[in-house]
Amino acid sequence: MQRFTCPFCGLRDEREFSFAGESGKTRPDTAAEVSDADWSAYLFTGTNPRGRTDEIWVHTPCQEYFRMIRDTVTMEVLETVPLRRDPS
Amino acid sequence: MTYSAFRLFREGLRGQRGWTQAWRSPDPAAEYDIVIVGGGGHGLATAYYLAKRHGPLRVAVVEKGWLGGGNTGRNTTVIRSNYFFPESTALYDLSVQLYEGLSRELNYNIMFSQRGMLVTCHSEAEMEMGARTVNAIRLNGTDADLLGTAQVRALAPILNFSPDARYPIHGAIWQGRAGTARHDAVAWGYARAADSLGVDIIQNCEVTGFVVEGGTCKGVETTRGTIRAGRVGMAVAGHSSALGTRAGIALPIQSYALQAFVTEPVKPIIDQVAFSPAYGAYFSQSDRGGLVIGGGLDRVPSYGQRGNTPLHDEVLGGLVDFAPILARTKLLRHWAGIVDVTPDSSPILGASGLPGLFLNCGWGTGGFKAIPAGGYLFAHILAEGAHHDISRPFDLDRFVTGRLIDEGAAAGIAH
Ligand SMILES: Cc1cc2nc3c(=O)[nH]c(=O)nc-3n(C[C@H](O)[C@H](O)[C@H](O)COP(=O)(O)OP(=O)(O)OC[C@H]3O[C@@H](n4cnc5c(N)ncnc54)[C@H](O)[C@@H]3O)c2cc1C
Ligand SMILES: [Zn+2]
Repeated sequence: MQRFTCPFCGLRDEREFSFAGESGKTRPDTAAEVSDADWSAYLFTGTNPRGRTDEIWVHTPCQEYFRMIRDTVTMEVLETVPLRRDPS
Repeated sequence: MTYSAFRLFREGLRGQRGWTQAWRSPDPAAEYDIVIVGGGGHGLATAYYLAKRHGPLRVAVVEKGWLGGGNTGRNTTVIRSNYFFPESTALYDLSVQLYEGLSRELNYNIMFSQRGMLVTCHSEAEMEMGARTVNAIRLNGTDADLLGTAQVRALAPILNFSPDARYPIHGAIWQGRAGTARHDAVAWGYARAADSLGVDIIQNCEVTGFVVEGGTCKGVETTRGTIRAGRVGMAVAGHSSALGTRAGIALPIQSYALQAFVTEPVKPIIDQVAFSPAYGAYFSQSDRGGLVIGGGLDRVPSYGQRGNTPLHDEVLGGLVDFAPILARTKLLRHWAGIVDVTPDSSPILGASGLPGLFLNCGWGTGGFKAIPAGGYLFAHILAEGAHHDISRPFDLDRFVTGRLIDEGAAAGIAH
């Protein structure tokens, strides 16, 4: 069993967390015209890197989304960062 | 060399000294008409059908490790075509049909055993969904039946029929033509047949990049030098994104570990493949007597070829509730493979976005059953540079057009 660090709750059982997607994607401005290709890239494609990866995860009990930087081969968690600047 | 009962008998008398190598180990040539990256089942089957149906062509398969060392040699070997959408049935049933004649075609015993598969239903609501699934499968033109509890009990008495079970059994979806085959034999059988038709199979040769000239893929860079090609086909499963990045393409794929388990050999206790979506576990018995067990994906995206403990607990805990007689059976081995999961749990076949480079990937947890069809269709795509009718719906463009084939939702894919 691995434990991940929720930036809000601290070290918790990995089963309390869910993967939400890769970091760094910006939702296209849907008030404007969005091409099918751009929308598809936003929804579906990713780099799915082997090694260091930067992802968005959610901690189910506190419902906070945060960034997790980890290694997809060793499974080591390198850093977890809140998305909000002020995690209060 | 043709394999036969007579040859087996003769070699038995001669101390097994007459067997020859099943395939050559050639050095890569400077150029081929078609280079296939990945020597798993899909890559090897593609090479075989290219040579068999589209030749004469100069074809090579380039594999970074050994043949079948990826998911093909790690899977739980369930073969079935009980999917929901017509596009999927066309694909997977072509595969089952090809499997039915494969041992003879390849002159290699792949041990395809059509023992049938039970997908158990655990409530009256699940029975209604089961009826819907059975109707859909039949409308798509393949076989399925809905069985009641008594019929399931007659087939597989070791399952948990207690009304107090965590998920009592109300019946099952049955596909009689489903079954299992020997995974290594599928890879080796295709390799041997492709080799005998002149395909170069190059092992211990990793593709590290692509030769791109004027915006077109013209070959591969490998640890054994540059190999030029008219067309390049990629069939590297869980490593598709990593290799795609080197070709400058981003794919709708996430790589996860999928685990499997095998127990010590026991006497024959289950004749079918039994799968309970509710318990999250499935199992069948190998010819050696070991119970081959699988379940769902790990929840953490991964390239580490080993599983994590939460899923291990879930699958084995579910299994013991599903078939309590197995509680004291010891595990012999436990492993994982890295599978390539798409948003709709359907594969990707066709153009990659980089001209000259084509994709066969996204089989995720269920591509062993599809090896003959995947190879057959990918050979067509590589030879013609265009889709076969059956592969067309699985093009990468479905993620842009929105015509997804969402088997993840429709058939509740577990493998
Ligand atoms: C535990 C487990 C259980 C499964 N159970 C089932 C099941 O019951 N039924 C079912 O239908 N499917 C099942 N599957 C899925 C099935 O195994 C795969 O979908 C299928 O084997 C994929 O075949 P492939 O040829 O595409 O990939 P692979 O067999 O993985 O072959 C890809 C090959 O590409 C090679 N490669 C990768 N990168 C490079 C590179 N850069 N250069 C050269 N070579 C490279 C790899 O070494 C590998 O040999 C299971 C998978 C796992 C892991
Ligand atoms: Zn938290």
